[in-house]
Amino acid sequence: MSSRDQISRDEVAHLAKLSRLAVTDAELDLFAGQLDVILGAVARVGEVAADDIPPTSHAVPLQNVFRPDELRPGLSQEQALSGAPASEDGRFRVPQILGEEQ
Amino acid sequence: MTAPTLVDFDDVVERFDPMLGLEVHVELNTNTKMFCGCPTEFGAEPNTQVCPICLGLPGALPVVNRTAVESAIRIGLALNCDIAPWGRFARKNYFYPDMPKNFQTSQYDEPIAVNGYLDVELDDGSTFRVEIERAHMEEDTGKSLHVGGATGRIHGAEYSLLDYNRAGVPLIEIVTKMIPGTRERAPEVARAYVTALRDLIKALGVSDVRMDQGSMRCDVNLSLSPRDSGVLGTRSETKNVNSLRSVERAVRYEMSRHAGVLDAGEKVVQETRHFQEDTASTRSGRIKETSEDYRYFPEPDLVPIAPPREWVEELRGTLPELPWERRRRISAEWGLTDEELRDLVNAGALDLIEATVAEGAPAGEARSWWVAYLTQQANTREVPLDELPITPAAVARVIELVASGELNNKLARQVVDGVLDGEGTPDEVVAARGLAVVSDDGALIAAVDEALAAQPDVAQKIRDGKVAAAGAIVGAVMKATKGQADAKRVRELIIERCG
Ligand SMILES: [Zn+2]
Repeated sequence: MSSRDQISRDEVAHLAKLSRLAVTDAELDLFAGQLDVILGAVARVGEVAADDIPPTSHAVPLQNVFRPDELRPGLSQEQALSGAPASEDGRFRVPQILGEEQ
Repeated sequence: MTAPTLVDFDDVVERFDPMLGLEVHVELNTNTKMFCGCPTEFGAEPNTQVCPICLGLPGALPVVNRTAVESAIRIGLALNCDIAPWGRFARKNYFYPDMPKNFQTSQYDEPIAVNGYLDVELDDGSTFRVEIERAHMEEDTGKSLHVGGATGRIHGAEYSLLDYNRAGVPLIEIVTKMIPGTRERAPEVARAYVTALRDLIKALGVSDVRMDQGSMRCDVNLSLSPRDSGVLGTRSETKNVNSLRSVERAVRYEMSRHAGVLDAGEKVVQETRHFQEDTASTRSGRIKETSEDYRYFPEPDLVPIAPPREWVEELRGTLPELPWERRRRISAEWGLTDEELRDLVNAGALDLIEATVAEGAPAGEARSWWVAYLTQQANTREVPLDELPITPAAVARVIELVASGELNNKLARQVVDGVLDGEGTPDEVVAARGLAVVSDDGALIAAVDEALAAQPDVAQKIRDGKVAAAGAIVGAVMKATKGQADAKRVRELIIERCG
């Protein structure tokens, strides 16, 4: 594998910023290297695809799988929140969200 | 942050051309969510309409709601779009807790409907064609509540609380192509487009399209270029525009703000802005992520959608009479001028009148009740006309009671008051309040004789042929019967008794 052709250090820094992760310079070097190896490995799949193999996003040749618009029982509020690290007033509680609003 | 310099609107349109783009999100009124069987009802206790799929728990497998796809196709067809023969959902990845999956499932570059148009009617009766780029399916996000900030906004919040009841509710996003050539009418075109879209979707019956409840939301994209320069300006995207009036005001405000920035020789920043209902202004949000930042990729858990032709044609057959066709038909049937029709539409009375006519009332009577007395009552009660607690069927029944002579107009209004006050159906109000017209001649003759005896000089005048004097006696009889007599019959009886 050639190094650093899948993801750059700058791209990792950008992703870290988007995901609000504080990443040190040393970590950036480390993660960029590791991610590059992972992405490089995945990219090798593309190398075996010849012209006669069309790109696909699914392993099975299915389409139009639908369900009827019918209610199905879900979770209670208690069950829904049972795995949450923190909750309040029946809602999931998350740390302060910085800088953006959907 | 300093307040932006705003340029007077007339000055803006003299020197700049606006380029308008509108993105409208419509929540479908399906029973269940887009990819799971959770209910979609508005206003439930938080996190009570959730399941492993919409909470993004490990191992959950989403399946597409067939009705939601049908609604999307019907919207596309009504907007004169081509329906894509094949398309996939994609994952839109972003780091924000309103989707517990950490991505939103959305048709990204393979929308189900493309290349349509909507002809919208402007205030002067002219038609403006808005080209539609696409309509695509996606899912709504959860609701965040920011705690600790002064205004419930993110800035200053200490933490946020998430309710995922809305996460996964089917959403259709309808995106216009850039709309050129609107000039000073840009705010009006924007409002007229959203109004027409709302009416269309309401007619299709696929959404409640309640802007006040968020089941229809509008984002306004706007840029300015110097008049006739052909240079495309940088656009801003204003979110949270949640009423028809706000759509118009947001466009107007952004035009004035952009012109201020350009006049100062600065560059407009490409950004998301938020509409402030109270001040009719916008404030800066985040600098927009580029679509690359969302790292879209095909959703591996969902298979492609390839609507067969027959299915699409079958759905085309279910399209209802479209609002503007219906308005044209009604206008012709009722003999309305364009202006009268527009007044009825603007007053929100058209549907109600039509429904009243459908219940058997003559159009003229139905119209008169809704635009006069009932509009008055709605104003007094400060509610929209269609939220008055009276049904078209009840109004039709009151009209029928008047036509058959069982009520006169004055009594009819009292019956309507009773219905509005929750006293029951018109017939129940008539019975409970004892409001029927006194049509029993015996009772009326007694009252007439009594009134004639009480005013012998008037009685004499009538006997002498001065029929006009009968008015005083009619008044006395109406008073004695508490308005429940048929005045015409009373007059006849007076002449008879004096004959
Ligand atoms: Zn669910």
